[in-house]
Amino acid sequence: MSPEKMVMMANQIATFFKTQPGSGQAENVAAHINDFWEPRMRSQLIGYAATGATGLDPLVQSALSSVRAPAEV
Amino acid sequence: MKDLIIPRDNDRDMGTPAREGAPVTLTIDGFDITVPEGTSVMRAAAEAGFQIPKLCATDSLEAFGSCRLCVVEIEGRRGTPASCTTPVAPGMVVRTQSEKVKKIRKGVMELYISDHPLDCLTCAANGDCELQDMAGATGLRDVRYQAPADGGMSNHFEARQNGEANPQYVPKDDSNPYFTYDPSKCIVCNRCVRACEEVQGTFALTIAGRGFDSRVSAGTAADDFLSSDCVSCGACVQACPTATLQEKSVIELGTPERSVITTCAYCGVGCSFKAELNGDELVRMVPYKHGKANRGHSCVKGRFAYGYAKHKDRILNPMIRDSIDEPWREVSWEEALGFAASRMRGLQEKYGKKSIGVITSSRCTNEETFLVQKLARGVFGNNNTDTCARVCHSPTGYGLGQTFGTSAGTQDFDSVEHTDVVIVIGANPTDGHPVFASRLKKRLRDGAELIVIDPRRTNLVKSPHIQAAHHLALRPGTNVAVVTALAHVIVTEGLMDEAFIRTRCDWEEFQVYAEFASAPRHSPEATELLTGVPAAELRAAARLFATGGNGAIYYGLGVTEHSQGSTTVMGIANLAMLTGNIGRKGVGVNPLRGQNNVQGSCDMGSFPHELPGYRHVKLPEVRAVFEQAWGVEIDPEPGLRIPNMLDAAVDGSFKGLYCQGEDILQSDPDTKHVAAGLAAMECVIVHDLFLNETANYAHVFLPGSTFLEKDGTFTNAERRINRVRRVMAPMNGYADWEVTQLLANAMGAGWTYTHPSQIMDEIAATTPSFAGVDYTLLEEKGSVQWPCNEAHPGGTPLMHVDGFVRGKGRFIVTEYVATDEKTGPRFPLLLTTGRILSQYNVGAQTRRTGNVVWHDQDLLEIHPHDAEVRGVKQGDWIKLASRSGETTLRAELTDRVSPGVVYTTFHHPDTQANVITTDFSDWATNCPEYKVTAVQVSLSNGPTEWQEDYASQAQRSRRILPAAE
Repeated sequence: MSPEKMVMMANQIATFFKTQPGSGQAENVAAHINDFWEPRMRSQLIGYAATGATGLDPLVQSALSSVRAPAEV
Repeated sequence: MKDLIIPRDNDRDMGTPAREGAPVTLTIDGFDITVPEGTSVMRAAAEAGFQIPKLCATDSLEAFGSCRLCVVEIEGRRGTPASCTTPVAPGMVVRTQSEKVKKIRKGVMELYISDHPLDCLTCAANGDCELQDMAGATGLRDVRYQAPADGGMSNHFEARQNGEANPQYVPKDDSNPYFTYDPSKCIVCNRCVRACEEVQGTFALTIAGRGFDSRVSAGTAADDFLSSDCVSCGACVQACPTATLQEKSVIELGTPERSVITTCAYCGVGCSFKAELNGDELVRMVPYKHGKANRGHSCVKGRFAYGYAKHKDRILNPMIRDSIDEPWREVSWEEALGFAASRMRGLQEKYGKKSIGVITSSRCTNEETFLVQKLARGVFGNNNTDTCARVCHSPTGYGLGQTFGTSAGTQDFDSVEHTDVVIVIGANPTDGHPVFASRLKKRLRDGAELIVIDPRRTNLVKSPHIQAAHHLALRPGTNVAVVTALAHVIVTEGLMDEAFIRTRCDWEEFQVYAEFASAPRHSPEATELLTGVPAAELRAAARLFATGGNGAIYYGLGVTEHSQGSTTVMGIANLAMLTGNIGRKGVGVNPLRGQNNVQGSCDMGSFPHELPGYRHVKLPEVRAVFEQAWGVEIDPEPGLRIPNMLDAAVDGSFKGLYCQGEDILQSDPDTKHVAAGLAAMECVIVHDLFLNETANYAHVFLPGSTFLEKDGTFTNAERRINRVRRVMAPMNGYADWEVTQLLANAMGAGWTYTHPSQIMDEIAATTPSFAGVDYTLLEEKGSVQWPCNEAHPGGTPLMHVDGFVRGKGRFIVTEYVATDEKTGPRFPLLLTTGRILSQYNVGAQTRRTGNVVWHDQDLLEIHPHDAEVRGVKQGDWIKLASRSGETTLRAELTDRVSPGVVYTTFHHPDTQANVITTDFSDWATNCPEYKVTAVQVSLSNGPTEWQEDYASQAQRSRRILPAAE
């Protein structure tokens, strides 16, 4: 998918969890992405972040370490 | 004493409706009978097995007492009271067959027959006519009355009398495509008028004139049935005791000789019908009065719009082609399946295991859906399975799962009878879920209050004898702001049900939520500018809902199909918990499901992250159940959702799709993107009744079967598992579950199902909420609502009665976030989309029926102010453009929509409203944001270039080569 669309989708998830009380927002973002994003989408996100992460919400960026890197695509 | 156990399938007309009350014992013709207080003498007699003659009474309507045929004698009472309007009393002694009443009845019948044509042998109702039956029952042998020779008051049925035109004669009205109104056969029993009022709630019919001039009239004197307010639900036809209102199919085909109970395949109400047939020829569909979703009512789609099943456009032979610019070649099933299987396996070899996937159908049965996702998981070896619920109710699954712990509505439809305040948000039940709407309207006429939250002034806001207490006409895209503002009022004014919250919900989470909702930024005054909803109106609505008694929330796709669809669902759940409206009759959160089996397709594991029963694929213990049952290894990674499949196709990593019973090209948003995705695939298998729009991009076409041609089950919006029964053989040769099995086996699966009941047994064995379901139970009980298992052997009409499925109900903070789809100088209007009563979704079925008479094209509803500044007049061709694309259609000027908002339907592929909608989607589920698109409207001369290109591509793509000899 286009990087813009992927960034938007990831940021939308971050926008929701940012509004949630308590701590662990980054883990919640990562858990949501792990639960619902197919491996090649997660690969694209991780790859995109590695090359600059332009436009990615800081919360998504801090979630990246908990996003499960797919074994194979 | 008579045996009072009445078999479930007993269709006998009991004369008047059932009552609930303390038992009352009386004697009828020497037999003691005990019935609930309030029951009529007529019904009590029917319970005892006696049919008192009657004409104006029927058990779907309140007693009327006009025909005087049901008179009885009651000891100690004077005269001969009508048994239909006389309630039972303890110790009452009733005689139904005294000389006196027999004589009265015969006299009444003689009068009726004196003004009725005696063409019984050639009448369409011959053998199915209550007037005929009553003439027999009363022993009427001759009619002494004759028309006076000198004219004057004579009769209604002869076109000419004494050489003169008979002024009392009114010719047959056959304007409705499905039934005729023949006034010459009318006995003015009023049943049709009352059915239109009491059952349907439309009030289209009345009795015009007085005395001998009395006539059933649809609308005004200038109207016929078609031009009147009649919605063609068929309730009047059902109620008519004679041939006055008669199905045209019965006139043409004769009276049916057998019937099979089955379930409608249109919307998520899931009405039970009797398919009435001669041999395998369907004569008519009649609503089944013991159907627990519809209680004997129907709408124009289920009742009449089944003609698509035999439409000439149906494709009955498999077809293949190497590329989509070639014409189709008709081939044998073997060749088509071999072609499909080798292509799909070839793609997996070349591009990887995850390069292919499936789309299950929310139109097909549970068993068929189960097999399609099993095909992906067990044969393809991936989780690339999704269903059209993705684009409608996936946020319901996520939102209710998070808050309550289960992905389904909490009530049954009967619950509405106990409701005091109803919120209808983002749903248009009179059009989308008409039979539920009729049940709701009945309750509203009995005094329940209504709050409508919708950008449009839907029919529920104001229609005969219905008026919403509050209509919050919000700007599209501001649902969360409105729902949170309602919560703000409830919390800050202390209207919440604290006892409920303390015992049933997580108190800590509630406190966080209450603090959030109380913030001044959520007050109706603060959000008014944003939402367009006057603060005072919103406050009044919140107070009414919180304090008006049993509060129920019904919602539709106006809630889910937004960037914040899941958040709104959570907000709705919060409202229900705040006010303690969960866990009993008359309350609850009720998603109105769009399609017949949306609920079922979700239950059956159609989503790429969930195995059947809403259990995530990451859970090893869940995978183990299916791995053991199927003997395969299940991928622990979530698969692609529909929009992700299309994205991956454009990227080149998704190459093959088996799509059963869904037309993604027409129904999914951003048509150009869908087309690009489909065009990039190397093997698209479409399994459908017709060459739908998606088939323009397909390489294999597998003919599908209709709901009349197969066995299975549908699960409706109230979690009710209803049987679908085969009434005729599949015209294409195979039921859909057989086709999926053939494809799976062509790919080496080795499946051996011989009946859908075996598939249900497999579902029950693997899915805890279905553990107790099998076809024997469904035969016995008629239907059952899941969860149905050891803990709930009879199913579960109401959920969360003693506690939430997840334990404590969870309040979730719902901050409003504006969608990125914003109006601006180029696109200053907001488009929202929806359905109309007579058409159904992409229209593949209803466009191939007589329903087109009501809606032959999609129209753009636009407010007169917005139209005027653009120079647009009623009926003008206009161009509708968004950043995604443009199309043309005609304008309908109406103040149903607010200024700044336009609305259209998506039933016609030549309009293709989805070329306008964008690829924005719900944050949690990727459910597309159909309901908000920034658009511009301008005058136009005709189709856009895109429409012309599309039409010619579609035409080229639908060419079929004649079969080789």
